[in-house]
Amino acid sequence: MAIDCLVLGAGQEVGKSCMVVSINGKRIMFDCGMHMGYTDSRRYPDFSLISKTGDFDNALTCVIVTHFHLDHIGALPYFTEVCGYKGPIYMTYPTKALAPLMLEDYRKNMDRRGEDEQFTSDHIAECMKKVIPVNLKQTVQVDKDLQIRAYYAGHVIGAAMFYAKVGDAAMVYTGDYNMTPDRHLGAAQIDRLQLDLLITESTYATTIRDSRYGREREFLKAVHNCVAAGGKVLIPTFALGRAQELCILLEDYWERMNLKVPIYFSAGLTIQANMYYKMLINWTSQKIKETYATHNAFDFKNVRNFDRSLINAPGPCVLFATPGMIVGGFSLEVFMQWAPSENNLVTLPGYCVAGTIGHKLMSGKPTKIDLDKDTQINVRCQIHQLSFSPHTDAKGIMDLVKFLSPKHAILVHGEKPKMATLKERIQSELGIQCYCPANNETVTIPSTHYVKADASGTFIRSCLNPNFKFSTCSSTDKSYLDSNKSKAVSRLSVSDDRATEGILVVEKGKKAKVIHQDEFLHMLGEKKHEIQFAYCFPMHMARTEDLSSTSHMLCSFDKCTLISRLSMILSDELSEGNILDLGEELQVESFRVSVCSSDNCPHRLSSSLQNGSESVFFCCHWSVADEKLAWKIISIMKNSTL
Amino acid sequence: MMEDLVSMHMELRQFYGPEDSSFLQWMRWEGLEVLPSELKKIASGTDCEELGAWMPLYSAVDVKDCMRKVQTLKYAEEACYNGTLVIKAFSSGLEIGTCNWTINGPKRNIAYISSSIFVSTHAMDFNFLGLQGNDLIIFSDFSTLDTTENMENDNTYCDPVTSSNASDDLYNLEEIAASLLKDDESMEEMEKLAFICTCAFDSVRAGGSVLVPIDRLGIVLCLLEQMSLLLESSSLKVPIYIISSVAEELLAFTNIIPEWLCKQRQEKLFSGEPLFAHVKLIKERKIHVFPAVHSVELLTNWQEPCVVFCPHWSLRLGPVVHLLRYWCSDPNSLLILESGDDANLALLPFKPMAMKVLQCSFLSGISLQKVQPLLKALQPKLLLFPKDLRCKIQISEANTIIHYSENETLCMPSSKESTEIDIATDLASQFHWKTLKQETVTRLDGELFMDQGKHRLLSGFRQADSKQHRPLLHWGSPDLKRLLTELSKMGITGTLKKNMDSAESKNAAGIIDIDDPEKALIDVRETGTVIITADENLASHIFKAIDIVLDGI
Repeated sequence: MAIDCLVLGAGQEVGKSCMVVSINGKRIMFDCGMHMGYTDSRRYPDFSLISKTGDFDNALTCVIVTHFHLDHIGALPYFTEVCGYKGPIYMTYPTKALAPLMLEDYRKNMDRRGEDEQFTSDHIAECMKKVIPVNLKQTVQVDKDLQIRAYYAGHVIGAAMFYAKVGDAAMVYTGDYNMTPDRHLGAAQIDRLQLDLLITESTYATTIRDSRYGREREFLKAVHNCVAAGGKVLIPTFALGRAQELCILLEDYWERMNLKVPIYFSAGLTIQANMYYKMLINWTSQKIKETYATHNAFDFKNVRNFDRSLINAPGPCVLFATPGMIVGGFSLEVFMQWAPSENNLVTLPGYCVAGTIGHKLMSGKPTKIDLDKDTQINVRCQIHQLSFSPHTDAKGIMDLVKFLSPKHAILVHGEKPKMATLKERIQSELGIQCYCPANNETVTIPSTHYVKADASGTFIRSCLNPNFKFSTCSSTDKSYLDSNKSKAVSRLSVSDDRATEGILVVEKGKKAKVIHQDEFLHMLGEKKHEIQFAYCFPMHMARTEDLSSTSHMLCSFDKCTLISRLSMILSDELSEGNILDLGEELQVESFRVSVCSSDNCPHRLSSSLQNGSESVFFCCHWSVADEKLAWKIISIMKNSTL
Repeated sequence: MMEDLVSMHMELRQFYGPEDSSFLQWMRWEGLEVLPSELKKIASGTDCEELGAWMPLYSAVDVKDCMRKVQTLKYAEEACYNGTLVIKAFSSGLEIGTCNWTINGPKRNIAYISSSIFVSTHAMDFNFLGLQGNDLIIFSDFSTLDTTENMENDNTYCDPVTSSNASDDLYNLEEIAASLLKDDESMEEMEKLAFICTCAFDSVRAGGSVLVPIDRLGIVLCLLEQMSLLLESSSLKVPIYIISSVAEELLAFTNIIPEWLCKQRQEKLFSGEPLFAHVKLIKERKIHVFPAVHSVELLTNWQEPCVVFCPHWSLRLGPVVHLLRYWCSDPNSLLILESGDDANLALLPFKPMAMKVLQCSFLSGISLQKVQPLLKALQPKLLLFPKDLRCKIQISEANTIIHYSENETLCMPSSKESTEIDIATDLASQFHWKTLKQETVTRLDGELFMDQGKHRLLSGFRQADSKQHRPLLHWGSPDLKRLLTELSKMGITGTLKKNMDSAESKNAAGIIDIDDPEKALIDVRETGTVIITADENLASHIFKAIDIVLDGI
């Protein structure tokens, strides 16, 4: 069995996330995003690779969308309404509620840019009707065999990582996630799962970030300085997500500093978005959740709606305008007006897709930007780049991969050279096979499969009782060195051989059966034949006077003394095994040794006869399981003196 | 709800009882203990349902401590207990958050069905499809116990001809599901609500006030919406008051839980409207929320006629007591009670009453006609059904039915003889298989895990092939001549000394004396063999030779 992953987007790049995974006969599309940097056919994933005939309903079992960002959902109305996919679509409640706002805002902006319409308002509405909302951790049975489950991902409200399981094969697709909580959202959370495959984003594949609070202060200081000097602050964002997060931040700061400068939301960022946030408060961070009864954190006191006539009104202000990255639309309109003044400030997110104005502003410090061949914008305003991000950093990715310990990992949603570095780290540090495929490539990985057998009650019961074996792992243990390049140290290792007492029996035409070894012989109708090793040999004595004369008639007290002396020697020299002093006998696992007083011991070999005056015979026997241990003990005994 | 109960109880004690919160002396029932046994039985009741059942109410601290121990789950979230049991909750439709439970273990899958409503007016519908695939169902919906419904009269839901036909199950399942989900029941509920609203409207128009003791939250929320709609459409300016210490929190809470509500309410989320209309009504000051009947804001705002929602439905605790005393002699006022409890007893302290009383009953479980089709859809192998409901309904399915009753322990026959174990194929491919007469056998390796109710054998941390493979268990008896041959193949020579009593066994017993390459002895007996040598290498070679001539694993 294998899992095939066809990368339709976000392969070695950021944008149009889309991955089609075939897993045990089921085919799932994870995310259906658009690329903000392109306006041609490269804007959407190449859906023809899924089905040449365009029969997507039979080609796909379901579509799963992780969150409402356009690079994860932007192509969905096109796929369902224009390409004609009619099957089930799953997303979380907030994503289903907020996605239409994002799509609608984007569609309007495209209209304004004069691009040909890819989908209409009705398309969005029709598309959203097909969506089945899911709650976090709810186990959804898509069909008889496919099970999916959403886990909290942080990032934006409603963002989820999705777990999918078909038969014995299981995988997780993370979407975008954040491993540290921010102003309004908690950190990603997931169970320890048995996974064949983890597909993770890698936006910040090599970045390690420190605390976000210092970075938030930087942003607030930049905004405060600007408005204090009478300047205007433009914050281009997409309708939802970052806007609410920054707004909570500003609102809080405004209250503390007693600022009266107006904060505006542009038309796309209607106050209505906050209405949704208020109902979805259960999806935010614990801190915000707890205050819902007294004050809903999304009731912003200082926020007002913006009117176009206010663009050139005198006095300072802060404006949130869509779309983000200054792709076009209203944020571009305002930018053109405000950019020429050095009093004004534009804040940009940590990441802007190549090809956008945001990206141009971030790379270098341009004084002029050519919009098209007729229009040129003078840029004299200040630029502030937000250094906190709703994406996890490299440490977070490594933590997640280590925590889940999948058999294989695939990196998407990142920059090629950085992804290669991370891939190397995952392979070398975690020993997990890792891939970063490009768009339209397919990665095939093997998947887990189980064979079923009936287990007998005796076997299950024997497995319930721990049967630990403690041994010291020597530093030269090869398998240990292989899996870990760091300095190998000798350490205690615990093994448990319960399972090896089981025997798997396969009979033609019958279901395989696991039975305990004790039951096995009974089943065969045979008797056990035990093979043992035995060896009786003399050991040197230090002082002879007290024992030599009576070596033939050792009393039990003397035997005990000898055994306890032997026990001390062994515990000094032997690094493994559990030494049990049973009085007249010493036991280490199955190895047993006792003082032998019989001259005719059948376990003595004639050639080993020595002068009996300075030695005493010890009779040992053991079973094959402890063969190595036994010979080690014997060699210790032969080389020491009692 | 518990906090509200505690605070109302506190208030009651301030009026009637000792103020200290200590355990009341008389509730220790020491007086009861000294009574003669017959008298004691009468006083405490046969099942302790009289005085014997009285006990002090928990405190606010108890509530907090108790809730701290609760692990909350979402619908269909898997909680795994001890790796063995997977516990899941599915919506039952009765109220917001009510559920039916399933427990999946390695030996059995159990579903527990409590009072459920197929199509709810507010809560998420009864998810009966989630309960499919369980071999044991415990049916525990007693809501029909007191009804006078008769199964025989209305049998339209279950056609005996189709129910006996098992060949078109799939088709049937869809059909059954469709019939179960017909929303006639919720329509009926909405009509009941509408009727209550018109009665209330008549009262306020006549100058009387309406008192609604809060019982089921969802019904109250629906009633609030309909009542204010009706009042809004008329020219009457009648305020609606909600008086409860937790009302504000509760109303705010009901508006942030779209995941727990019915489809129509969820649609409101998707179109950006509040889930319940009370959010808007409170903002428009059509509904007024107060923590207590003596709140200053309430006293300054008070206006009659009015509609008041307040706890407690027992009519013994909370604001309802004061208001009922105030209005019980007013023939124009109206009290809306949910029937079921003994209304006569409840109203006794307020008699004689001039106030009108409207008793209404709402759907509170699976109606009798739907029990049969539901069980048919779920197809349990074993059904546990209440003995008390036996006379109400005849279950005609072929399934085994066991009737249960209170305080009785039932032992269920085991469904599976053995436990299933999953063995990872990558591990199984490394097993050392051995073919015997009829079967192929191998010793297991790896580590056994118990996870999500499943036994799984996975390759352990040790490399399976790094450990030398050695049979640990042998059976039969070795052929000594063959053993000598095998030994000589390895370059070991020895002689057979059959010094044992030859009568004991035909060929099994004997001692092999080895002198090349080293001295060694092999003592072969009926039940075991002992290898005696001083040389590690030789010992392991001899073992190998014996292993060849014996059967082992």
